[in-house]
Amino acid sequence: MTTLIRLQREPFDVAAEAAKMAHGHTDIGALVTFTGICRGDEDGEAISALTLEHYPSMAEAEIARHVEEARARWPLLGVTVIHRYGRIMPGEVIVLVATASSHREAAFAAASFLMDYLKTRAPFWKEVETVQGAAWVDAKAVDEAAAERWSGAPPEREEPK
Amino acid sequence: MKLLYFAWVRERLGKTEERIDPPAGIATVGELMAWLAGRDEQYAHAFENAGVIRAAIDHRHVRSDAAIAGASEIAFFPPMTGG
Repeated sequence: MTTLIRLQREPFDVAAEAAKMAHGHTDIGALVTFTGICRGDEDGEAISALTLEHYPSMAEAEIARHVEEARARWPLLGVTVIHRYGRIMPGEVIVLVATASSHREAAFAAASFLMDYLKTRAPFWKEVETVQGAAWVDAKAVDEAAAERWSGAPPEREEPK
Repeated sequence: MKLLYFAWVRERLGKTEERIDPPAGIATVGELMAWLAGRDEQYAHAFENAGVIRAAIDHRHVRSDAAIAGASEIAFFPPMTGG
């Protein structure tokens, strides 16, 4: 399996990254990409930009651990995680999670799993800029709940009839 | 040991990292936070809601009852908001 984990300040091309994963692989039947984009508002308030702070060494290690866990749970052929840090403007890409597998079920589930964990366990913190000034974004209970659903043993996979 | 601070914990302390040598008897992450909070007003403000602050020892998430013996790097930060 090919794994790519990158933390970077610069924007990146989602389509090019996805194409790189599939290139030359005839065993890949499903490629799921999730792209996180900076919204122009946070809790209904307009923002002019957000800044992502991160803990570089731990972020790499933590993402790598979750990619390993995803590999153990699903038959994956490739995983790409790219997360930006620094100042990001509304409309710009923040994060890409792409998962490749022979069939869609594993690719969808692994992408969802990785995003839920990135939100709540990867050491990144968002600060938004509004007309009132800068403010740290509060963690959301809904994100914590989304990550919690993956704890415990993975459900038995149903064999297609 | 080296301590690292992120996001509003870092802002309240006005520093990103420091080296400390906690006194004997400070055995866990929770005890370390309580000891830090007692240093001065700035630390007291940063750690006033110690239950909210997360910690990592040598790049792994830990709970407040985790032992700090042998740790080379301990980080304190708010709940994460990446992705």
